[in-house]
Amino acid sequence: MSAPAGIPPRPAAVPGGARAPVAAARPPPCQNGPVQNQMQFPFGYGLHLENYSASSRRYPPVPHEAVPSQLNNQYVADYHSACYSIPVQSVMTTSVGPSMLNTQQLYSGAPHPVESAGGLTQGAISSASHLHTSVPQSYSALSSHYSSSTSSSVASQGFPLSSGHYAMPTVSRAVYPNLSYPSMSVGSPYGQVFTSQSLPAVGQFEETNTFPDQSSTVPRTLQQQVPLGYNSTSWSTSDFQSAQDNFSRNNTGSLAKASNQINTVGIVDSSHPVSQNVQFTKPGVETSVVSSAVTSSIRTPVGDHLTEPASVPSNTQPSESLLQEAIDSSSTTSSASPVINNYDALEGGGYPETNSAASSPAPTPQTSRTPKPFGYGYPTLQPGYQNATPSTSAMQPSNPGHHSEFQQYPQQYPGVNQLSSTLGGLSLQHSQQPESLRPVNLTQDRNILPVSPVLAPVPNLNSDLRKLNCSPDSFRCTLTNIPQTQALLNKAKLPLGLLLHPFRDLTQLPVITSSTIVRCRSCRTYINPFVSFIDQRRWKCNLCYRVNDVPEEFMYNPLTRSYGEPHKRPEVQNSTVEFIASSDYMLRPPQPAVYLFVLDVSHNAVEAGYLTIVCQSLLENLDKLPGDSRTRIGFITFDSTVQFYNLQEGLSQPQMLIVSDIDDVFLPTPDSLLVNLHESKELIKDLLNALPTMFINTRETHSALGPALQAAFKLMSPTGGRISVFQSQLPSLGAGLLHSREDPNQRSSTKVVQHLGPATDFYKKLALDCSGQQTAVDLFLLSSQYSDLASLACMSKYSAGCIYYYPSFHHSHNPAQAEKLQKDLKRYLTRKIGFEAVMRIRCTKGLSIHTFHGNFFVRSTDLLSLANVNPDAGFAVQMSIEESLTDTSLVCFQTALLYTSSKGERRIRVHTLCLPVVTSLADVYAGADVQAAVCLLANMAVDRSVSSSLSDARDALVNAVVDSLSAYISTASNLQQSSLIAPNSLRLFPLYVLALLKQKAFRTGTSTRLDDRIYAMCQIKSQPLVHLMKMIHPSLYRIDRLTNEGAIHVNDRVVPQPPLQKLSAEKLTREGAFLMDCGSIFYIWIGKSCDNSFIKDVLGYPNYASVPQKLTQLPELDTLSSERARSFISWLRDSRPLNPVLQVIKDESPAKTDFFQHLVEDRTEAAFSYYEFLLHIQQQICK
Amino acid sequence: MPGYTALMSHPRLSRVPGLGQEDLSLSAAVSDPALPPQIIAFDELHTDFKSPIDQGNPARARERLKNIERICCLLRKLVVPEYSIHGLFCLMFLCAAEWVTLGLNIPLLFYHLWRYFHRPADGSEVMYDAVSIMNADILNYCQKESWCKLAFYLLSFFYYLYSMVYTLVSF
Repeated sequence: MSAPAGIPPRPAAVPGGARAPVAAARPPPCQNGPVQNQMQFPFGYGLHLENYSASSRRYPPVPHEAVPSQLNNQYVADYHSACYSIPVQSVMTTSVGPSMLNTQQLYSGAPHPVESAGGLTQGAISSASHLHTSVPQSYSALSSHYSSSTSSSVASQGFPLSSGHYAMPTVSRAVYPNLSYPSMSVGSPYGQVFTSQSLPAVGQFEETNTFPDQSSTVPRTLQQQVPLGYNSTSWSTSDFQSAQDNFSRNNTGSLAKASNQINTVGIVDSSHPVSQNVQFTKPGVETSVVSSAVTSSIRTPVGDHLTEPASVPSNTQPSESLLQEAIDSSSTTSSASPVINNYDALEGGGYPETNSAASSPAPTPQTSRTPKPFGYGYPTLQPGYQNATPSTSAMQPSNPGHHSEFQQYPQQYPGVNQLSSTLGGLSLQHSQQPESLRPVNLTQDRNILPVSPVLAPVPNLNSDLRKLNCSPDSFRCTLTNIPQTQALLNKAKLPLGLLLHPFRDLTQLPVITSSTIVRCRSCRTYINPFVSFIDQRRWKCNLCYRVNDVPEEFMYNPLTRSYGEPHKRPEVQNSTVEFIASSDYMLRPPQPAVYLFVLDVSHNAVEAGYLTIVCQSLLENLDKLPGDSRTRIGFITFDSTVQFYNLQEGLSQPQMLIVSDIDDVFLPTPDSLLVNLHESKELIKDLLNALPTMFINTRETHSALGPALQAAFKLMSPTGGRISVFQSQLPSLGAGLLHSREDPNQRSSTKVVQHLGPATDFYKKLALDCSGQQTAVDLFLLSSQYSDLASLACMSKYSAGCIYYYPSFHHSHNPAQAEKLQKDLKRYLTRKIGFEAVMRIRCTKGLSIHTFHGNFFVRSTDLLSLANVNPDAGFAVQMSIEESLTDTSLVCFQTALLYTSSKGERRIRVHTLCLPVVTSLADVYAGADVQAAVCLLANMAVDRSVSSSLSDARDALVNAVVDSLSAYISTASNLQQSSLIAPNSLRLFPLYVLALLKQKAFRTGTSTRLDDRIYAMCQIKSQPLVHLMKMIHPSLYRIDRLTNEGAIHVNDRVVPQPPLQKLSAEKLTREGAFLMDCGSIFYIWIGKSCDNSFIKDVLGYPNYASVPQKLTQLPELDTLSSERARSFISWLRDSRPLNPVLQVIKDESPAKTDFFQHLVEDRTEAAFSYYEFLLHIQQQICK
Repeated sequence: MPGYTALMSHPRLSRVPGLGQEDLSLSAAVSDPALPPQIIAFDELHTDFKSPIDQGNPARARERLKNIERICCLLRKLVVPEYSIHGLFCLMFLCAAEWVTLGLNIPLLFYHLWRYFHRPADGSEVMYDAVSIMNADILNYCQKESWCKLAFYLLSFFYYLYSMVYTLVSF
């Protein structure tokens, strides 16, 4: 998912040839082509191609219907698939007429059936302004129309671009470069013309810039392609806009200022991508336009994906000036202030600029430059983009319109006046918004799963803010548009919450050392990119709105060595920063890294053989343990007694001290049990070498875990640190002993699942004590029988530790688990660690956080106490809206994690997320982040199953889907009641919830061991979103026919990108081999009649029969397919911190149930298939 | 917390036996003294996090944690006495055939029973759990509950007083 910042790596490598699937899918949108894959783009406001194709089928082409308006040739294309029930919300057509100026494009997402609605719109528009004529066009119409228009204007380009061409990516690729030039030329005319009218000078400018750009772009790779989609959109829009602008100036004085402002902003945003798009999409300029509106959002994620971490500083400044320019030029008095940080001016509620984020990290300076000219040229763009902004008054009425669109509502435009005032805006808005709002008929639409990984929706902010915003990997909100009031939130029936991954490993992190850390004086918010500078000396807090002084030191910018530019400081330029805290932040000296290992050495444990692996891993990683010269380490082993090891420097060999009084454990030699790692390294190594054999003949079967833990706590309490506990059975002696509570006969019960809660509060109390002493307890449970994880897990849950569970672990009988332990340990021992941490989450006044999920102790209502924090820990919080957010259009969330690094530095890592506030239900749905919502629901469901019952939790999950969908349907009143409709943004919701219901944690009716279930619950609570999603809904790829088509390049390696398959047995074929990525484990399933060449080339066996049952590695063979498979798998592996284990499963092997249980769309004896589940939901809704 | 001891030695409570057959006013004394300490305790839980820089201090963590545990422990200790005294009074109303009064108290009695039997499974802790109490929704719920109960007990107190006086007068 993450490509290094500025590097355009993957895309770049594949110029003419294969592209990433995403890219491949892209071209089609441009045209009306029928490619299904395109459907997949997860969130965008983009249109799905399917619709297009459908529409084209349905509607006879109506190209000629386009009526040139008197003054301008404006084509208003209404595309609706209302009839199809798949409405196409956004359509914008640009006709490239010989006279470029006149053409105007209107986006109308008009919901109506083409003719009637079209007519209506048309009428309205025309009445509003004589200038515009709306012509309803079906897609097919469009395409034809386009081509024709293109041909007329740009003959050279024209026809080659037809849909057929698009549909075949390869062809199109070849074609593109050629085309781009002409298209450019097309573009340039536009610019010129326009500029000549409005801003001649600018026009010039533009011209010059754009050309070089284009030429350069041709050779470029994927990245650019990505942008292209929007670009084209934006570009076209801009044209349109400018046209509009002209129009408005000339003809109507009525344009609202607000809209103008907004528009300008929009322009700025859209501007960057322009150059790029042009090239690619060029063929049918018009066509591209159409699709562009639609697809823009879609792309965004892609772009993001590719260039994720990149932060491009370049654009902000220019855009600012641009904005200013634009405003001026548009001759409206603008209230927008020139100050960069002034939100009011900048912030866009609009959907449109989806592209910005993606495009912003422009790979080359060129691209960033080019945009400007465009912006200049077309000052008034993008009215549509502003949804949430002040102009909402005008927009508001239209919101219902969105819905109605889908259903054939004719009365879209409430008033003529509004229409004229927001003319472009309205229609644009429609076109944009819809993609995420586009109703998807779930019961009919079988391919809702995108081919490429689902990406986080991009908040609907203007590009500047979006660029600054926190990465969705660290910080995600379930609703990227925050509802204004609790009432609205309640109406939407979606959970509101945040998912955090605050201590994630980052490739790039600005670390700031400064004597004063600038914080708000009243709410203690750290200064962040979303504050506004009132003037040079004062800033306004974005959470509590208090005005603070800018301290003297802050005026100096160490990066640029300039004075007086506080808004250029890194704190204000990055939403994720790390401060090195001053001594104010510590009451005692930072603690050293202290590690204590508590190892079970009872017969059971020795028999399982984990000691060898642990000691081996420790030996290997001893030098890599995070820490400094003060690092200390110690060991305790236990069976029915507790053994300590004196490792004091100077001893000739480690000394074992046995304490057999487990009722009152004491520390035999408190000073020499935890020793300095560097001073006693030899002794430690001796001990680690000796440990595995020391207990080899033990007969002791009891386990005194409780006393050992008490001892460990005593040992650690002076310093704090980390206790790693390895346990292999139910604790049977001393304090904290447990009894087996599981009745194996109840494992597959569909009724009550009991014992999800702890049996004793011993471990909880211990955890609290540990937490108080800044000690975290990490549990490794390696057990073959029931070990009451529900009780044991408490020791980690409340002390901010982590839990690992290896069911039926055995070093030789279960090599997969052994390998997993090994890999986990490697990561565990070497990963970053933060000690004595606290995390506080602040949010804008009016919002309040009410429930936390994760492993920690809640110290006060917004403060989490984390004895240790590790990079693999995720957190979730639920929020409510206490006061309505009427006086703000943005809300911010800030997480501040204060911790002691392993080097003994006190550091504060701050993440800030900024989201727009919306007032309409439609916008709330448009901004829903389905993955985040599902993860939050999963967390809530875990709580519910513990506090109430599992069946309650399951019902609650189903109800969450039923409620939100029925709420959506009721807002969109005219949808066909007979089918199950979801907004595009939530189309995966039922699927994910079904997957969740079939997850080990929540499933019933399938035999599930209690410990497995509890472990799954623990994971849900403590995993970050990315990993959790893989757990809930694994990715399935077909890997026996990997090709380089769509491949990306990483570090000089070609990584194929096979499309995602849906999790259904119908996708499996006996001839194929499939890879399932479940996050922590990869399954490769090989069909019975799998191609022998695959088995030979990739697995290294002559035929299917000779493939062993337990294969956990792919051999390094020197064949192309092997190389592809391996590079794909290692690419998947590299994208996550835990190194997943690979398991090859043959079709007849008993392990295949492991694989098949993840096929969540299929029916099992105890659970619905996906389709049945949909019917069930539909029934519930109708009730 | 002084409140708890106050409950036991409360003057009104000691008056209870004296009233003998007129047990109407008894439960006036019941739990309204038990509530103020709860509310104070919640208040204490709520505050404490006001000092900004201190919050980040590991040294404060322990103190704070102890505090929370102490308060939770106290709250937990109050639960059973409160519930049982209320139950006792319900029983007495039953014996005295004070149906109206009993009717007023029955809902609360059921609520108490429900709460008691829905407590977390792990043994000793009845409800106020140190690890979850600081979740704002739980804290708010508990606080609201205490206020409501306080109001209820107070109103019942005056009602019982009125009933008692009324009965005495009508003798």
